[in-house]
Amino acid sequence: MLDIQNLSIRFTRYTFGLKKKEVCVVRDFDLSIAPGQVMAVIGQSGAGKSLLAHALLGILPRNAKVEGRILFKGKPLTPERLSALRGREIALIPQSITALNPLLRVGVQVARAARLSGISKKDVPTTVRRAFSRYLLRKEVAHCFPFQLSGGMARRVLTATATVGMADLILADEPTSGLDPITAREALTHLRELADTGKAVLLITHDIAAALQVADMVTVFCAGTTVEVARADDFKGLDQLRHPYTRALWDALPANSFIGTMKPIERTSDAAGCPFQPCCNDQNTVCGQSTPELKDSGEGRVRCHHA
Amino acid sequence: MITQFLLVKIFRLILLIAAVATLSFLLVSSSPVNPVDAYVGTAMLRISQDQREIIAKRWGLDKPPVERFGRWAGQMATGNLGVSTIFNEPVLSVIGKRFVTSFWLMALAWSLSGALGFGLGLIAGAREDTLLDRGIRLYAYTMASTPTFWVGMILLMVFSVSLGWTPVCCAWPPGLSAEQATLWQRLHHLLLPAVTLSLIGIAQITLHTREKTIEALRSDYAVFARAQGESIIGIVFVRALRNVALPAVTLQFASLGELFGGAVLAEQVFAYPGLGRTTVEAGIRGDIPLLLGIVLFSTIFVFTGNFMADLIYHLVDPRLRKTAGAIS
Repeated sequence: MLDIQNLSIRFTRYTFGLKKKEVCVVRDFDLSIAPGQVMAVIGQSGAGKSLLAHALLGILPRNAKVEGRILFKGKPLTPERLSALRGREIALIPQSITALNPLLRVGVQVARAARLSGISKKDVPTTVRRAFSRYLLRKEVAHCFPFQLSGGMARRVLTATATVGMADLILADEPTSGLDPITAREALTHLRELADTGKAVLLITHDIAAALQVADMVTVFCAGTTVEVARADDFKGLDQLRHPYTRALWDALPANSFIGTMKPIERTSDAAGCPFQPCCNDQNTVCGQSTPELKDSGEGRVRCHHA
Repeated sequence: MITQFLLVKIFRLILLIAAVATLSFLLVSSSPVNPVDAYVGTAMLRISQDQREIIAKRWGLDKPPVERFGRWAGQMATGNLGVSTIFNEPVLSVIGKRFVTSFWLMALAWSLSGALGFGLGLIAGAREDTLLDRGIRLYAYTMASTPTFWVGMILLMVFSVSLGWTPVCCAWPPGLSAEQATLWQRLHHLLLPAVTLSLIGIAQITLHTREKTIEALRSDYAVFARAQGESIIGIVFVRALRNVALPAVTLQFASLGELFGGAVLAEQVFAYPGLGRTTVEAGIRGDIPLLLGIVLFSTIFVFTGNFMADLIYHLVDPRLRKTAGAIS
């Protein structure tokens, strides 16, 4: 469904008046998802995960530059193709319920999303009604304004808005952040259901435990790069995990050792070497000299000189 | 809920009028204007000191200020604002007639500046940092820092004196009365003062709408809308129009005070016989009853503007409307 190779996202900033400076937020990012799959992208908060979703939709700010190969359904995803697919075949479930316009009725917003996804005007009401009932939203909710909904309801409205157009690729950006466990569980179940109907779901989150509940595969995102691709099952034990960063994340889980030994990783611009090197316990001279390639390892992949 | 809202507003209006009345009475009594001199005017030399004292006594000017204020406030409360000395007519009827003339000027300028300013603001915001946006901003900043009377004089020089397209003065052709003038003639005379007023008024509403549009385009809901395939134009005109228009309407109503102030200057430049010009005349010629009357009238006028802004917000914003409904 989606195949990303060597994706990089750069921002041009002006420092001291007219001096241009390029900041590289994501580089050498690889990812692939098949239909029917939930692929989790996990990484620390602020690692640029949301930018990934925005890059895939082509809605980054104007000063951003995206490079790399993105194949969607086997064909390159050019900006022109993307603007035709956005909202029709690729949809976003946003991070926060502020993504609903506070001054428009919920039903109007879902209907607009349906219309934009290419559904004909006369079919919109039926489609919207179906989307509402799919997520157990009563008919009356359509006449509500967002401030009249509970947090869980608002999240279901967001999911309904994103899925009303039956997109094949769903990007869920931190769908569980700020939710109580029951509501979070419900949101994740909805993603699993979508995948089970044959859609590809990209679940972007910093919450590993939540992601593992529903994901088939996990891409570990560190300092803007893919460091490991693993099956969700690999997270059952430490020895199945390939990269020291993944193991450190696993160790930090409350259910495991619950130890956080890592300091946050600062991106040291375009310097050579392994991105994880400053925090790694297993490093030697080669780690500082060259960036490791992403290589196949069992059913997953890993980017480490020692794996 | 709505009755409570109205009661609070009416109570505030009464307080405001009391405060404005006290303050302006204080200012007028300590000003060097002598109402008797102003009344007598050019006949000053033919009137003896005794006669002046008779007038002063008749008007109660020999009484202490507190008592004078009490009598004036009492009369005012019954709706009697006195008689204008320059027009020799009750103050209320002078204000009524002049306001009608001013009203068309202000209404035209207000709706022109509101519609154009809002439109320009939307365009500038949607096309942020393009040449178009820069041009609109340059215009707005220039107009925001230009005095009304100066714009009026420039327009007068260009369109009335050089090109001769518009009349040089007044609200209708000289020699005719207001009733004799045709609608077309009146509109023709209204055009230039109204354009002057709205050119200036556009600036504020444009800059405000531009900010709100940019804010809306950067909001989470706009990002989500773009992810659904919405274009920038779609976001501005379908999604965010309400979010941008609501504060703009409020601002436009709240700017009635500035509109009134602008009208005073514009009417003076174009010799347009509205309330603004009357204010200047009353001030210069020491017509104290008329001046106080106009002060009170403009207080109510500006208050009404702010009140309308509040009311519209309550009626249009669903967040306020629904809570109001829930309580009542």
